[in-house]
Amino acid sequence: MSTPATPAIGARKIHPADTTFRLSLHAAGAVVVIVLLSILAIMFMGGKLAFDTFGLGFIWGTEWNPVTQIYGALPAITGTLVTAILALCIAWPIGFGIAFFLTETCPEKLRTPLGVAIELLAAVPSIVYGMWGFFVLAPFMSEYVQPWLTSTFLWIPPIGDSFFWFTAPPIGVGMLTAALILAVMILPFIAATTRDVLLSTPQLLKDGAYAMGATRWEALTGVVIPAVRGSLFGAVFLGLGRALGETMAVVFVIGNAIRMPDSLMAPSATIASVVANNFPEAEPGTLDLAVLLALGFILFVVSFGVLAVARLLLRQERMS
Amino acid sequence: MLIQLARSLVTALAATALVVAPALAQDITGAGATFPAPIYSSWGEDYAKAGGSRLNYQALGSGAGVTQIINRTVDFGASDSPVAPERLEKEQLLQFPAVIGAVVVIVNVPGVDGTKIKLTGNVLGEIYVGRIRLWDDPKITALNPALKLPKIPISPAYRADSSGTTSIFTKYLSSVSPLFKERTGAGNSVAWRTGLGAPGNAGVAAAVKNIKGGIGYVEFAYAAENGMQALQLANGSGKFVTPTVPGFLQAAEQADWDNAKNMAATMLNMPGDNSWPIVSATYILVPRNPKDPARTQSVLKYVDWSFRNGAATADRLHYIMLPTAVQNRVRAQWATLAPAGKPLWPAN
Amino acid sequence: MKQLTAATRARYFRRQLVNRVMGGLCIAAAGVGLILLALILWMLFSNGLAGLTLDTFTKPMSQPGSGGGLANAIIGSLLQVGVGAMIGAPLGMMVGVYLSEVGKESRFASIVRFVNDILLSAPSVLIGLFVYQIAVLPFGGFSGVAGSIALALIAMPIVARTTEDILRLVPQAYRDGAIALGSRENEVVGKVVLPAAFGGILTGILLAIARIAGETAPLLFTSLGNDIWSTDMTQPMASLPMAIVRYSNTPYPEWVALAWTGAMLITVGVLVLNIASRFSYAAVAGKQGG
Repeated sequence: MSTPATPAIGARKIHPADTTFRLSLHAAGAVVVIVLLSILAIMFMGGKLAFDTFGLGFIWGTEWNPVTQIYGALPAITGTLVTAILALCIAWPIGFGIAFFLTETCPEKLRTPLGVAIELLAAVPSIVYGMWGFFVLAPFMSEYVQPWLTSTFLWIPPIGDSFFWFTAPPIGVGMLTAALILAVMILPFIAATTRDVLLSTPQLLKDGAYAMGATRWEALTGVVIPAVRGSLFGAVFLGLGRALGETMAVVFVIGNAIRMPDSLMAPSATIASVVANNFPEAEPGTLDLAVLLALGFILFVVSFGVLAVARLLLRQERMS
Repeated sequence: MLIQLARSLVTALAATALVVAPALAQDITGAGATFPAPIYSSWGEDYAKAGGSRLNYQALGSGAGVTQIINRTVDFGASDSPVAPERLEKEQLLQFPAVIGAVVVIVNVPGVDGTKIKLTGNVLGEIYVGRIRLWDDPKITALNPALKLPKIPISPAYRADSSGTTSIFTKYLSSVSPLFKERTGAGNSVAWRTGLGAPGNAGVAAAVKNIKGGIGYVEFAYAAENGMQALQLANGSGKFVTPTVPGFLQAAEQADWDNAKNMAATMLNMPGDNSWPIVSATYILVPRNPKDPARTQSVLKYVDWSFRNGAATADRLHYIMLPTAVQNRVRAQWATLAPAGKPLWPAN
Repeated sequence: MKQLTAATRARYFRRQLVNRVMGGLCIAAAGVGLILLALILWMLFSNGLAGLTLDTFTKPMSQPGSGGGLANAIIGSLLQVGVGAMIGAPLGMMVGVYLSEVGKESRFASIVRFVNDILLSAPSVLIGLFVYQIAVLPFGGFSGVAGSIALALIAMPIVARTTEDILRLVPQAYRDGAIALGSRENEVVGKVVLPAAFGGILTGILLAIARIAGETAPLLFTSLGNDIWSTDMTQPMASLPMAIVRYSNTPYPEWVALAWTGAMLITVGVLVLNIASRFSYAAVAGKQGG
């Protein structure tokens, strides 16, 4: 070791190598911020025409009509939030269950193959998910799931006189189907990262809980989860991120109707799908292109809001 | 051994030369419309085999094709919708039709042979605005007294992505259905009042296949290759016609090419015994003031070769060649290209 | 034990019941996941194997009916994903290390962490658009390099997120021990913390590669695609995802079959990479441990 002969306790000299090390790490962090700021700047400048034309009304305008050049983003924002949050609600319990199974109850020999199998789901190109949703899931939804949901939940009162929860013509595609496909797509992200987090929990914690007579489930909920909650949320953010930004698969199963949905099963659209669908045909300098870039900007604001709320919840829970 | 070594050295050198100066090769790059992409690429391959330039055509979408040729990042752009004359003037572009396509209407009505169903443009328009909602609507049964149409909802499918196909289809509907024109209108993407959107021609075809009572519009090739049932439409003479290649050609021949500004003639709702009502050309754009005139000339040579030798390939892929008379008009337009006073056509 | 009251016994049984039920539900969840996996993979392979021939690997893309393959798309994807991962993974790891080891709860670190999570949800088409502005327009043309940069920017936040999460779980005692031995900060991270967390970081990198291997949207306006055989990364370049999207949306059965084959190849490629890296990691870890 090349440490100085008389190291002063608590006042270690900062070695030049440490400075470079720290600087390069800071630089890497700065890259992340710069990339996002540049993307935001490009979106905002490109979308300025849309904000100038419609003002803030662009955000809650419900009409989207390329022919009359009237654009409102609310239908796409609604579709994005509803599908992403529904998907998360479906995928998180399943992903967590898979992770728990893989780390606790699964026979040792099956762990690696099952783990690889789950990660394999992340490798399937999203267009394949889209086609699977379209050819396999959508017919199943229209034949069985949708009629059943409609007849079972008829009693839920509608919101106002325009939103009827589960009442919709059974065409198979729509927000619910999109949410299911998204759930399958984010499942591997949630399961794999949660598994790694659970695996990295010091065995000591669990042993302590078992010594007190806790069951596996109690050790998990009472000791492990509180200890690693922050890292577990990382898995949720990964999943949410993919759900908010996913395009190709959603385009196949959401029905692509840019109008306010009248039920959870109605055809709708997400910001990412609207942008991807219309971007190739939009010419520079036109309002058509500006609204797409403005939508991109809004998507960032939406993820910003969702993440901020999630972090707030996390912090409050930590305090209580 | 030595010969082999020498040979591989030469190949390696040639490869390096390509890497260092790719523009020196006769490669031409095009980008734009998705609809003609298979035929442009196939013609390009055949042309290269016959000793011509190699072509790299990428289907980015018509809008992107126009943008790229305006930015001069490609040798030619391709667009399904014609660019307006003023814009061509401003951006110094020459536009000409290259190949013809037709849009057909496919259906999935259980228990009924879709090819027997007859619709007028007006009724089709009312279906697509959601005014007619059931297959046994009196307006449909009146046109089809011989068919036993079921009482099931009509599920109209449309293109989710903005596309030239939608533009042609909505232009047609707007020209024959006042209601559709008022409620929806024409464009690459429009605000549909009913139905569901599916990605691409293939998506619309699959949606119609999937959903009982479905109806959708696709390029002719999709109906032909996948055995979809395409219904009959009334044409400009009020005759109900089945979509056929001779019918597309008849429509193309009747277009008013004499008065077509920048060679963008409408072929919608033409009269005739066989004329199919939804036919349209797709266009190529080249610069009038190219940075490298030789490359633009290569594009013209490629198109000319394809006009003369591309019929078999077009037929196999279900595209329709321009009528010979129109091809000659296109060549006459090329002759007006003369950057720096040197005409690019006829090329020697 | 005889003194156990009825209430205590009831509570014991309830606790056991909860444990069993939740354990059972977790097994059911794993079952659901595996069934979905089987369904999707079955569709993928039954369609993809149909179009798989030797030509797929040896011939470049060509017109329908002429027996073309996917060779140029496969090479293009390997190059672009490889370079993309080589840029994105180290960058993401550095960000993760920064967040966990250096920045921690500092203000800048909080910003980086938040921004990174937002980047995770950026639609890939917007990333492509951004790279078009910085790497295509200034250099006058589409290129494989631009495609790689776009893929790297998608991989980076994924790797950063997983790296930070896993590093945080490395016991502080490891770091303290290394510092006590006189290690410098970079040695603590490079020789102690990273190796201890390597398995989890590897998962993150593999997930990121899996994600970018199937991405189309960021390549559209960066590497454009190329019909002409090319391995020159400064020129437009073909890729498997673009070939899939292009071929799947055509009426020609041979092309649609090739699209399925391409999708299958991406999945199999990632699977092979996954298994290979896990085995080599296990081998290395085993050697070190034993």
